[in-house]
Amino acid sequence: MNISRSVNARFGWRLKFNSGVVPLIIGISILGGWLLVAIFAPLLAPYDPIFQDAAVRLKPPSMAHPFGTDNFGRDVLSRVIWGARIDLQIATFGVVFAFVIGTTVGSIAGYYGGWVDMVLMRLIDVVLAFPFLVLMLTIIVILGPGLGSFYVAMALVGWVSYARLIRAQFLVLKNSDFAIAAVSLGYSHKRVMFRHLLPNAILGSIVFSMSDAVLVLLNGAAISYLGLGVQPPTAEWGTMIAEGQGFITIGWWITTFPGLAIVLLAMGFSMLADGLGEILGVRQ
Amino acid sequence: MSPPVLSVRDLSVIAKTDQGPQTLVDRVSFELNRGEILGLVGESGSGKSMTCRAIIGLLPSSRISISGGSVILRGKSDLTHLEESDMRKVRGGDIGMIFQNPSSHLDPVMSIGGQITESIRYHHQVNRAEARNRAIEILHQVGISDPAQRIDDYPHEFSGGMRQRAMIAVALACNPEILIADEPTTALDVTVQAQILRLLMDLREKRELSIILITHDLGVVAQVCDTVAVMYGGRICERGPKREIILDAHHPYTTGLIDCQPSGGSHRGLVKTIAGQPPSQGSMPTGCAFHPRCAHATKECAQTEPAAVDYQPNHMLACHHPIGEINEGGRA
Repeated sequence: MNISRSVNARFGWRLKFNSGVVPLIIGISILGGWLLVAIFAPLLAPYDPIFQDAAVRLKPPSMAHPFGTDNFGRDVLSRVIWGARIDLQIATFGVVFAFVIGTTVGSIAGYYGGWVDMVLMRLIDVVLAFPFLVLMLTIIVILGPGLGSFYVAMALVGWVSYARLIRAQFLVLKNSDFAIAAVSLGYSHKRVMFRHLLPNAILGSIVFSMSDAVLVLLNGAAISYLGLGVQPPTAEWGTMIAEGQGFITIGWWITTFPGLAIVLLAMGFSMLADGLGEILGVRQ
Repeated sequence: MSPPVLSVRDLSVIAKTDQGPQTLVDRVSFELNRGEILGLVGESGSGKSMTCRAIIGLLPSSRISISGGSVILRGKSDLTHLEESDMRKVRGGDIGMIFQNPSSHLDPVMSIGGQITESIRYHHQVNRAEARNRAIEILHQVGISDPAQRIDDYPHEFSGGMRQRAMIAVALACNPEILIADEPTTALDVTVQAQILRLLMDLREKRELSIILITHDLGVVAQVCDTVAVMYGGRICERGPKREIILDAHHPYTTGLIDCQPSGGSHRGLVKTIAGQPPSQGSMPTGCAFHPRCAHATKECAQTEPAAVDYQPNHMLACHHPIGEINEGGRA
């Protein structure tokens, strides 16, 4: 089964369309849409996202300000558009480092087995023993607020899931026939691991990384909300929600629109994960 | 005469188990000359695959190890004492290996050409284009039609026979002198099987390739091999030129195997079998491993292990009571 799944990874486009194709297309469209918004933010945003206009403070949505203005008179639409840049970045970097570290560690643990595996797995147990958010916040507080600290924290906390996924795959694949054939061709361990086993093992992790991106995005919004992430006045959705909550009764639009933006982006990732998983036959 | 390409002397492999060490391969000796095809025949578990795994240092578990003997490549290096890094150069470079099930032994997510060029570039310093040209050439040699078109295909786009050809191409990418073929035709249907065997013989002609062919099919042996070694219970019980083994075997096990071959339409009824089961690793009989199933067994067989005797220069036999007349060539 593994082999046919991996083949599908390479040749997904040759498969018959199945029920995964709809979420896949929706997911890609949403993410692609946000990517375009982020890239063309300067062109799309009607106002400067940090320009404060005291004359239009706390104005509800109107033709001039479709998403209204916040308590400093900043245009919420412009801030949501510019926020896409930061939040896409958060979703990407929050996942990438964890993915790379986890994949490497998981490959080594699964391939070598024995005491190497035992040490690495105990390390994973240690990380898992802490509540996720507590560990993440502790690391950020120690390193100081900011997105850099957030990425470090996500890498240090998030790699365990990838390591476990890859390790499980490697335990099966390392005894597979083509691994033995690769060794019989005189290849080094490194080559067998990363050139032959990893491409066959990585599919599940890629799908998982999409759903992980949702989690990372929400975490990014959460730490910004707590004042540990993106610092004002930079436009970021989590920060915007935090800033707007004091005005929720008199200006619902300040929190609602960035909230919707987060929901929509997260939906994009999770649709993509669902679609990929369905089409490639990966069970999460 | 030049020294044999590969000379295996008293090679033994043991497995450490909870019940103590068990012998999987017991003092196996044979020589492989340039351009020779040696058939290694025996039932499942007779140690034929294990012998070959031991030769290229690919024993399947860390509990299984070589306990004695030597494997001399080209009269020089002893493979059993090579460092891992030197052994890697031997694998693929000097000795190639192909396996029973080509579908699962090719990397499913790498193109056929990618797997061939990878091997070439890993063992030799050549650039991408050069390696690709060589890969096309090799694919052509193993009989893939239109290799320039098929080189970028993936294993699942090949048929079973073509996959076996592709695996042979990967194994031969770096011009090894020796090819170990572990039941290369077992998973293929008969017509494809014949093609692959013809290909192996063809490669032997063109490249002077020496081949160790592991098989349990005496029909295959009769078609392609020059020399045959029959293994039972981890030992070689009879070894000699194909003609002598097929037509004039002396070990009761060899004759038993030959009698078990279904022979065309002349005989009706059931295919003959050898009564009993091959010994399992835990319960190897004393004396001659075959004696519980042997019609000629005596007390002696159960007590002492028959010595391996070269009763003719090229014909080795390990049996107390050989069948038929032993033609005096050497000592009886």
